[in-house]
Amino acid sequence: MLELQNVYKTFHGRLVLADVNLMVPKGATHALIGSSGSGKTTLLRVTLGLIPFDTGYVKINDQALLSFSPMEWADRIGYVPQDGGLFPHITAYDNVSLIARMRGWKKSKISERVEELRKLVDLDAGVLEQFPSELSGGQQQRVAIMRAAMMDPAVMLLDEPMAALDPLMRSTLQRELKSIFQRLGKTVLIVTHDLGEAVFLAENITLLHEGRIIQSGAYRDLLRHPADPFVTLFINAQRTLPDAAEVA
Amino acid sequence: MKKTIGLAIFLASALPLGALALRANTADSIVVGSKIFTEGYVLGEIAAQSIESSSKVPVERKLGMGSTGILFEALTTGAIDVYADYTGTLTEAILKKPDLKSIADIQAALSTMNLVISEPLGFDDTYALAVKEDYAQKYNLRRISDLVKVQGDIKAGFSYEFMDRKDGWTRLAEAYHLSIAPQRVQRMEHSLTFQAIDDGAINLIDTYSTDAKIKKSKLRVLEDDRGFFPVYQAVWVVRRAFVDEHPREWQTLKALEGSISAPAMIEMNAQADIQKLSFAKIASQFLGSEAPRSQSLQRSILLRTKEHLWLVGMSLLFSVLVGIPLGVLAVRFHAAGQAILIASALIQTVPSLALLCFLIPLFGVGREPALAALCLYSLLPVVLNTFTGVRTVDPRHLENARAFGLNRQQILFRIVLPLASPTVLAGIKTATIVSIGTATLAALVGAGGYGAPIVSGLALNDVPTILTGAIPAAAMALAAYGLFEVLGILLIPAGLRQKR
Repeated sequence: MLELQNVYKTFHGRLVLADVNLMVPKGATHALIGSSGSGKTTLLRVTLGLIPFDTGYVKINDQALLSFSPMEWADRIGYVPQDGGLFPHITAYDNVSLIARMRGWKKSKISERVEELRKLVDLDAGVLEQFPSELSGGQQQRVAIMRAAMMDPAVMLLDEPMAALDPLMRSTLQRELKSIFQRLGKTVLIVTHDLGEAVFLAENITLLHEGRIIQSGAYRDLLRHPADPFVTLFINAQRTLPDAAEVA
Repeated sequence: MKKTIGLAIFLASALPLGALALRANTADSIVVGSKIFTEGYVLGEIAAQSIESSSKVPVERKLGMGSTGILFEALTTGAIDVYADYTGTLTEAILKKPDLKSIADIQAALSTMNLVISEPLGFDDTYALAVKEDYAQKYNLRRISDLVKVQGDIKAGFSYEFMDRKDGWTRLAEAYHLSIAPQRVQRMEHSLTFQAIDDGAINLIDTYSTDAKIKKSKLRVLEDDRGFFPVYQAVWVVRRAFVDEHPREWQTLKALEGSISAPAMIEMNAQADIQKLSFAKIASQFLGSEAPRSQSLQRSILLRTKEHLWLVGMSLLFSVLVGIPLGVLAVRFHAAGQAILIASALIQTVPSLALLCFLIPLFGVGREPALAALCLYSLLPVVLNTFTGVRTVDPRHLENARAFGLNRQQILFRIVLPLASPTVLAGIKTATIVSIGTATLAALVGAGGYGAPIVSGLALNDVPTILTGAIPAAAMALAAYGLFEVLGILLIPAGLRQKR
């Protein structure tokens, strides 16, 4: 379970997060959505423990971020950066195993865990021997998920997982990602600006605007009972392509 | 892991280079120095051989070290024990008392510095001005005062020392009421002035009255009709401690007093400059003894290679061990970083010869100041490239690494340095190649290396000798280039190489 309670964050005297409350139940997939400048990147960095916040709590399974060392926190929250964020100088295998190696895991334990994850994300064994620049976007994404899941964290945090992919690849991978999440059974928070992606992957959605949470809930609730005119505005802005009648 | 192995190979290959060239310096030996022109070498060799023939104390030759300042510093700091200088140089450049004339007066003044000089060796090598014989005939030039007739036509090439000395060009022009426009007076390396006057690029040079090239270049020495130049009697200069510790050897040197006449000196200079006899041979002929076995070319190149590798290897080791951390610090601490970068850039702007001179008071003469100068020079490329390489690492990788719970050390060694390694290695490569070139100047302070034949070849205007230093130096630079291609494969992470 990932929980943010009354989180405030000012930056150079400007309020960038105001009274943020967010709860992702154990095993659920949740999407944090907002346009650029909404504060979602700040919220992501706060949740990862990369920057301090002013007041409030960030908790995983009722244990507060501040009671852990950066390393301990990192092992509780697996992070998939935008576009995968693989280190270019080491192989996919070394990317996946990097954190475990830094924690002093034995080689045999590492290779067992990597193999387990490889099957889970359905990746060919040969792919892991290659360097990131040799992998396709989808392969990079899956390697990045393996790396995030390596330490068996309670929570997985994904930043714009589909941003760099072309539309066809995107729809394929979205389906695969959904099944990977189901197989992992982890608490997942996806940060995205794409409402379609959020609706497809997550059960619940939180809409962030100007550092405040406007509404949290299922897509249906946002659509039918918008808490604020901005919710409707945001939904309508993500317009679909004109249909045949409109084009005619 | 690969990276660690590569680094180990790199360091392991740099260290023996140093050890290889480390010679045990015999504690009790007599070191003979000399100035960097033919006569200096000849006198140095005469001193060395006469001590060798009558004494068991080993003699070490540091010939062709540089000009007066370097030699004098070397003598007072004990880096050398004896060298030949001239009374005029001692009074003008060292004592700054041009009025002192007699040997007794000069000796009295030098006593306060704990130095001792011998009686004159027998010849006066004063400064002189010379023009081409045919030019002299055309304008009927016999004396320096005759130059007034042609002063609008003069294009002079004077040595640095003559231009800068108190009894040099400026005062001479005053004394003779010569007004030659400054742009018509060029400063040149002394040995090159002969080449320039032969080629007609200049028509007036300064020279020494015993210089063999006067004959070779068909020059006429103009008479010093106003007695401007001081007397330049050649004498041995030693520390008082040397006289006390090596009284027998000092007597051997004193036995040479009054034994070298001006014609004999000109002849010996000509044997070196024109007949290209070795200094060892010339000295042994003069002393009537057998010449010490000269080193074969191969052996001497091997020795020079060891000396050169030592200088380059050690300075490189320094620049890697100090430059990389400094470059990393420069990124982390902005203000300090700018200070580090500016300081190492400033060092780079100091001409190498000047830097060597600044370092002599700190390190004496020999390998130490040369190594210190090389270390300072090779620092900038390494610091600058490390700084650039580290700073241009994508900041998202750093943030991701922090999000994965890596600590500072792990981020530096696992992420930042490997990503920056192509740039860092390029900096080390630049430093190496610059260092191989700059190390040739080390010979000027007696550090040996490929510079030694280049320096003496320059002094003698002897191209083949220059090439015995210049060709191996170029070959070493090429070899270094190749070595770094291999190191690139070992040290740069494969993921970064495939990207190119």
